[in-house]
Amino acid sequence: MVLPHAPIRTPPSTDSSWSRRRFLQTGSGLAAAGLLAACGSNTGREGATTVAAAGSGTGAATKPTLSQWYHQYGEAGTQQAVERYAAAYPDATVSVQWSPGDYDKKVAAALLTDSGPDVFEAGNGPSIDQIQSGQVVELTGILGDAAGDFTPSLIERMTWQGKLYGVPQVIDMQLLVYRKSLLEAAGLQPPTTFDELEAAAAALTTADVKGLFVGNDGGAGVLPGPVMWSVGADYLTADNQIGFTDPLVAEALGRLHGLFTSGSLLLGAPADWSDPSALVDGLTAMQWTGLWTLPALQEGLGDDFGVLPWPAYSATVGAGSVPIGAYGSAVSAKSTNPDAAKAFVKYLWVDRTEDQIDWAQSYGFHIPARTSLADQAEGLKSGPAADAVTLVEQNGHAQTPLLWTPASGTALSDAVTRIIKDGSDPAAEMATVAQTVQAELDRVAG
Amino acid sequence: MTAAPEPRAAARPGLRRRLAGDQNRTLWFWAFVGPFFLGLLVFVYVPMGWSIWLSFYEARNTVTPTVFVGLDNYRDMLTDPAFLSSLGTFVVFAAFIVPLTLAVSLGLALMLNRVGVLRTFFRSVYFLPTACSYVVGALIWKLSIFNGVRFGLANTLMRAVGIEPVAWLSVTQPPWYWLVIVSLRLWLQVGFFMILFLAGLQRIPPVLYEAAAVDGAKPGWQTFRYITFPQLRATSVAILVLLLINAFQAFDEFYNLLANAGASGGGGYPPYARPPLVYLYYIALGNQQDFGHGSAGAVILAALIAVVTVLQAKFLGFGRRGDQ
Repeated sequence: MVLPHAPIRTPPSTDSSWSRRRFLQTGSGLAAAGLLAACGSNTGREGATTVAAAGSGTGAATKPTLSQWYHQYGEAGTQQAVERYAAAYPDATVSVQWSPGDYDKKVAAALLTDSGPDVFEAGNGPSIDQIQSGQVVELTGILGDAAGDFTPSLIERMTWQGKLYGVPQVIDMQLLVYRKSLLEAAGLQPPTTFDELEAAAAALTTADVKGLFVGNDGGAGVLPGPVMWSVGADYLTADNQIGFTDPLVAEALGRLHGLFTSGSLLLGAPADWSDPSALVDGLTAMQWTGLWTLPALQEGLGDDFGVLPWPAYSATVGAGSVPIGAYGSAVSAKSTNPDAAKAFVKYLWVDRTEDQIDWAQSYGFHIPARTSLADQAEGLKSGPAADAVTLVEQNGHAQTPLLWTPASGTALSDAVTRIIKDGSDPAAEMATVAQTVQAELDRVAG
Repeated sequence: MTAAPEPRAAARPGLRRRLAGDQNRTLWFWAFVGPFFLGLLVFVYVPMGWSIWLSFYEARNTVTPTVFVGLDNYRDMLTDPAFLSSLGTFVVFAAFIVPLTLAVSLGLALMLNRVGVLRTFFRSVYFLPTACSYVVGALIWKLSIFNGVRFGLANTLMRAVGIEPVAWLSVTQPPWYWLVIVSLRLWLQVGFFMILFLAGLQRIPPVLYEAAAVDGAKPGWQTFRYITFPQLRATSVAILVLLLINAFQAFDEFYNLLANAGASGGGGYPPYARPPLVYLYYIALGNQQDFGHGSAGAVILAALIAVVTVLQAKFLGFGRRGDQ
C-alpha cells in the first residue's frame, strides 16, 4: 500500500523527531489498512463475479461466488471430497469452509451477520427458531421428481408448515455395539430388553473391562430418546403435544440410576461415546455409539462385533429403537444470491447421485438419504452395516422433532442428569421438564 | 498622567499546537493509547452497551430486535432456577478457590523469599503454569490425570495403594469433580498471585525485622503474625478482590472439563457444575441464541460483581490511604 502524501523516497535524516513522526505515520497507515482488511473479511462471496473456470465452455462469462460451510467430519478424505464436488460445479465458484470445533454455534452466530455462509449444513436441518426468524430460505420444490425418493421422516423433520427448509445429505444413526466373543464367553445372548441389558452389563464386568459404555455422563446426553421409545413414548406426539407423560417413561429413566450405580458402566473414558476407542481398546464389552464408527470397529475388531438397537423396556412393553438423524443442506437468507445458492444445493444433493453415494460410502459408513441410492450402496449390503440398515428401517426414530427446541433439550438433559447421577425423583423431574417444553411449544407453535 | 500601556495579550497558540499539547505530549499520548482505546471502545464498550439494549428486547436469533419487553427478561432470569443455581455453583467454587489460592500463593511466596540459591529457577517453575491455556490445562487434567479409567495418572497411583479407580468427572456423590476443577485453577493461577506476594514481601523494610529481633520477637510464626502479614495487607486485599472477580468469571475449566458429547438437542453439559458464565453462554451464544435473556443475565451478573467488589473492598479497606 502506498501512503497518500508520503514521499516515495526520503533522504537519510539525522532528525530523530522526524523519524519518530514518520514511524508513527507509517504505523497509523498500516493500522488503518489492517482495520479495513478486517472489516472486509473474506466470505468467499462478496457479491463479486469471477471468470468461469476453464473447461466450462463459456470463456469470459461471469458466474457468482458462493460460500459453503461444513462441520469437520472425522473421516479422512471428506474435506477433499466436498472441495472436489464444489470445484466441479459449473455455475458458480464455490469456496468451502471446513469448520473444526463447535460448528453449530459458529453457524448460529454467523447467520446474524452478512459474513456468514450462503449454503451450510445443519444437524437435522435448520432449527425452528432459525426458520421462524427468517434466517433460512425456503427450499420447497427443490427436490422435484426426486421428492418421493428421500426418506420421508427426514423430509418431515426439515419441513415446517408444508415448506421445506433443508435437503437431507446423508443418514446417520446411533446404535448399540457389542463384542460377540465376550458375550459368547459369558454365555449371553444379545440383549433385547432392558433387564437383559442390565444383567449382561453386570455379567461382562471384570476388573479391567466394564460391561457397558453409554457416555461419560452415564447416558444423560444420548439415552433420553431411546428410553422414551423403549416404553412406546416419544418427545412429542404427531400433533406436537408433549409425548412423555406416560409414567413408564419416568420409571424407565429411574432404572438408569440403578445402572449408573451398579459398577457395570464405564465412566470417565478418555474419548466419549461417539468415538469407538473404548470398545476397540477393550475398556468395555458393549457401547452405545454411531454408525460412523463401523470402519474403525472393523479395523480394530475384525468381525468380532455386532449391532443392536437400544432394547425394549421389557418383553411386553415397548420396542427396540435407534435414533436417526441427517445433516441437511440449507441456504442463508442473508445470501446475496439465494437463487444461485439453491441451485447449488439442488445440484449437489438432488442431481449428483454419484457424488451422494461417494459421500455416503467412501469415507465411512453412512446411509444415503435417498432410498434408491441406499439400495445401490454396496458397503451396506453385508455384515453389521446391513444389520444397521435393517435397524433404521425397523426401529428408526427421528433423533428429535423439529419443535424440540434447545431450551427443551437442555431442560430434559438436566433432569435426566439429576435422575441418573443423583437419583432424583423421575416423576417430579419429568413434570418440571413438561412445564418448560409446554412453554416452548406455546412459543414456537402458537 | 499617562495611561500605562495595556499588557500585551499572550499569543494564543494555534489549533494544531493546542491539539498536540505541550511538547506534543497529547499527541504522543493518543498515538500510544489511541489504538488500545479504540479496541476497548469497539470490542468492549460498544458490545456492553448493545448488550444492555438487547436485555430489554425479545431477541432470539437476532441482534437487531424490534419487540420491546421492558424488564421481563430480568424478571425471568431472576426467577430462573437454573440461573440461580449457577450463582450457587459460583459461591461453592469461590469458597474453595479464593482462600486456597490466597494461602498457597502466600506460602509459596514466603518459601521463595527465603530461598538462597536457585531462586529465579524456582520462581520460574511456579510461574510457568500461568502461561498455560486453560483449555490445554483442562484437557491434560481430563484426559491424562483425572480420567476415570484404570490407567489415568490419579487412578494408577490410587491402585498402587489399593484404592479402586474413581470416575472423577462423572460422579456427583461424592463430588470428586470439585477436586479436579479447583486443583486445575489452583495450578494455573497460583504462580501469578505468588509473584504479587513476592513483590509485596520485597517491599517490607528489613529494618522492621531487625527491630523486632532486637525487641525479642521470635522468627517464624511470631514475626509473620505481627510484621509480615500486616505489611502485606494492601497486597492481600488486592489479591482477594482479583480472586473473587476471577472466580465470578470462571468458564474455561468448567466448560472443558465437564462438557459431554450430548445428543438430545441440548445439554451436553451437566447442570450441577454450571457457573454463571457457562449458563449465559448456553442461553445467548449456544444453540438457544436468546440474546435478550442472555444479556439480562449478563447485566445482572455484572451488577453483582460490581456490588460484591465494592462491598468487599469497603469491608477490607482496599485503597485506604494507609495502605498506599
